[in-house]
Amino acid sequence: MTPVTTEQQDPAAAQAARRRVPVPRIRNIAPLIALIVVAVLFASLNGRFLTVANARSLAAQGALLMVLATGATFVILLGSIDLSVEGVMGMTSMVVSLLIANTRNSISLGFLAVVIALAVGTLAGVINGLGLTLARIPSFMFTLGTWYAALGVATVLFGGNTATITSKGFLDLGAPWLGGFPPTVFVAVAVAVAGWAVLRYTKAGRYIRAIGSAEEVVALSGVPVRRYKILAFGIAGFTSALAGVMASAQVGNGNVNVGSGMVFTTIAAVVVGGTLLSGGRGGVLHTVVGVLLLTVLGDGMVLAGVSTYIQESVQGVIVVAAVAAAAWPQRSRLRIAK
Amino acid sequence: MSTESETVLAIRSITKRFPGVTALDNVSLEVRKHEVVGLIGENGSGKSTLLKIISGVQQPDEGTVEVRGKKVSFASPAQALAHGIGMVYQEQSLVPALTVAENIFLGMPGTSRFGVYRWREMRERAAGELERLGLRMDPKAVVEEFSFAQRQMLEITRVMQLGQRSGHEPLVILDEPTSVLEQGEIDILFEQIRRLREQGSVIFVSHRLDEVLAVADRVYVLRDGHCVAETPTAQASTAHLLAQMVGREISDGHYSEDLQVPYDEGEPALRAEGLSTGPECRDVSFELRKGEVLGIAGVIGSGREDLCRALFGAVPVKQGRLWLGGRRVRFRSPAAAARAGIGYLPAERRIEGAVMGMSVAENMVLAAPSQVSRGPFLSRGHWLKEVERWCERLRIKTPSGATSIGLLSGGNQQKVVLAKWMLKQNLKVLILDHPARGLDIGAKQEVYRIIRELAQAGLGVILIADTLEEVISLSHTVLVMKDGVVQRRLDAPRGAKPEQVEIVEHMV
Repeated sequence: MTPVTTEQQDPAAAQAARRRVPVPRIRNIAPLIALIVVAVLFASLNGRFLTVANARSLAAQGALLMVLATGATFVILLGSIDLSVEGVMGMTSMVVSLLIANTRNSISLGFLAVVIALAVGTLAGVINGLGLTLARIPSFMFTLGTWYAALGVATVLFGGNTATITSKGFLDLGAPWLGGFPPTVFVAVAVAVAGWAVLRYTKAGRYIRAIGSAEEVVALSGVPVRRYKILAFGIAGFTSALAGVMASAQVGNGNVNVGSGMVFTTIAAVVVGGTLLSGGRGGVLHTVVGVLLLTVLGDGMVLAGVSTYIQESVQGVIVVAAVAAAAWPQRSRLRIAK
Repeated sequence: MSTESETVLAIRSITKRFPGVTALDNVSLEVRKHEVVGLIGENGSGKSTLLKIISGVQQPDEGTVEVRGKKVSFASPAQALAHGIGMVYQEQSLVPALTVAENIFLGMPGTSRFGVYRWREMRERAAGELERLGLRMDPKAVVEEFSFAQRQMLEITRVMQLGQRSGHEPLVILDEPTSVLEQGEIDILFEQIRRLREQGSVIFVSHRLDEVLAVADRVYVLRDGHCVAETPTAQASTAHLLAQMVGREISDGHYSEDLQVPYDEGEPALRAEGLSTGPECRDVSFELRKGEVLGIAGVIGSGREDLCRALFGAVPVKQGRLWLGGRRVRFRSPAAAARAGIGYLPAERRIEGAVMGMSVAENMVLAAPSQVSRGPFLSRGHWLKEVERWCERLRIKTPSGATSIGLLSGGNQQKVVLAKWMLKQNLKVLILDHPARGLDIGAKQEVYRIIRELAQAGLGVILIADTLEEVISLSHTVLVMKDGVVQRRLDAPRGAKPEQVEIVEHMV
């Protein structure tokens, strides 16, 4: 039998030295390294990349994605997914364009139109949350439904007759402003900062992360898990609506397809930034890096004259590579991927 | 000798029955203030049921539980915690993505104001809690990066903290806390337990007798649902405890020992040389002959499960060589092992063995669809006939082959999973991981009989059993593993079975 000794050791330090795995740390900064490499590469390839004009163009392009991806980060941290982005954007675009000064009707609610559009989008997000928590329908399926339901609503509102927005103040949201950056860029920065602060400093933010990490443990600790899940989807609905409003200001009319193609880019930005699709790990700072990486990549390829189709392929490959890299350390033969 | 005020927990004459088994029969136990009570017993002795009752997960059928002199009945673990009784589970209940401080106070009021975290205050309080247990841990560190041992320490801190909320000195239950720890970590844990004793009481459960003797003040021994001994550790020895734990009570015929025939001394069915999967299982060599049942004895964490998984290709083999029927093999996946003729019956029947949504017939042909197909298509008539034949041969009680397997009793489910492998014509080796777990006595006997028949038919069988008795009685040969290494190989021919004590000696 092994004799039991009771010699003193330094518990924490000895164990930390022996067992602490450096992998998560590398994973944390890998997207940032990729961003720097890509930026340096484009800067050296093309003189126009490092110009003020290009910075403005980058920021304007990235603003929508930043807003969307911040909301999606909350949902993905839960381990869920929100596919309804494009539908909610189309719907809120129609709502805001019909309620603000426009060419189709005489309603002109001004700022209130924006508030109503945001409320409608948030409601759509809350419905997603209820579908997950009450009906227990996987978010993948439920939000896929919301996507098309919201697109349907948008199409009905569209009614075959374009509502061109005439409100000057609203259209200015998409026009150059401070330092040549449009107000949407500042909105995006504010949303990202707010998202980061909520995840870091509020109970709700920490619990959303915790639910994604070990839902059962959190539930057994007496935390109202459903409430936080609904909250996360509500936030995502809000950011989708905000993006819909911002996009409407950019295009100047109510457009059903204003969010076309954004589901992929949004989820891609979050995942490329290093937030795990299985939940629990990642955050808004990761997402900022992911958004910048995808935006810089797109911008750089445009400057280099790469065709849009190839750009899409490149984005697709990058997303798959990022997911594979994140999942690599955890792979084992009996792990099942669905 | 103890006054009521000193007794923290008193279990009096508790009985708990499950369908087919009496898990606890008239068991009494007492825990006093500032005391470490050891609890030992083999698998199936009723230890876990007793712990579940104490921690409020299950309720006793008869008998009473008293906490600090007052009769209580816990409907949930939360109610037990409200009385200061908390359990540290083997599968830990921490949130990996959160920090140490957040985990200690998870779900408790007072960690935020208007929804905003009071990070600093929480960290300071956490640091205080860690200090009390003498742990040097950064409250800001994220649990994800911790080792198993560190997580365990943190979990103990959390349970202590929860228990203290009751306003009393807590009673902390540690269920097999040492099973996956290394020696240095065990020493640290023992330091913690001594500290816990100063601030409350502890129930310490372990397979390893020397540990119980080292850390506990008193020991209770459970066997077959009875409390067979209660001894102060100062007066106990490992040999003494072992004798009480193991007992002797083999009913004749239970294991159909008369059906054990000597195995074929010829070519081995499976041969391993220096097999390693990592620290869990190192340098294992053995030969398994046709018709031989090779039992592997060892405690949880001894490496026997890892060995079996490696043999079946579910865990990569890092080093060593393997021969199947004389041919050198190297399995890259369970599918490759199955194709080559190795079958594996997992311990978690419901999770890994049977596909619950599917019918009896579908489950049976899962591993060998080629037997019932014509080309790429399953031949239904042929298939059902085959299934019927096996249901009859193994005495599987099912209304029909089309019945969902989930509706069958545990024993019949297990027989379907066994039939699944027996259907494979080229099967050479069958690995059985706790084949009789959770079955009632009748079903166990049937499974034992089938194992005998499989061996007689020339199959090599590798067996991990629930109890030592089972492994000794069913096997021709017993390998004893400890800490990932084979300690001993013992012959167990019919009529000359080794004593349990001989095996336990090498297990602990």
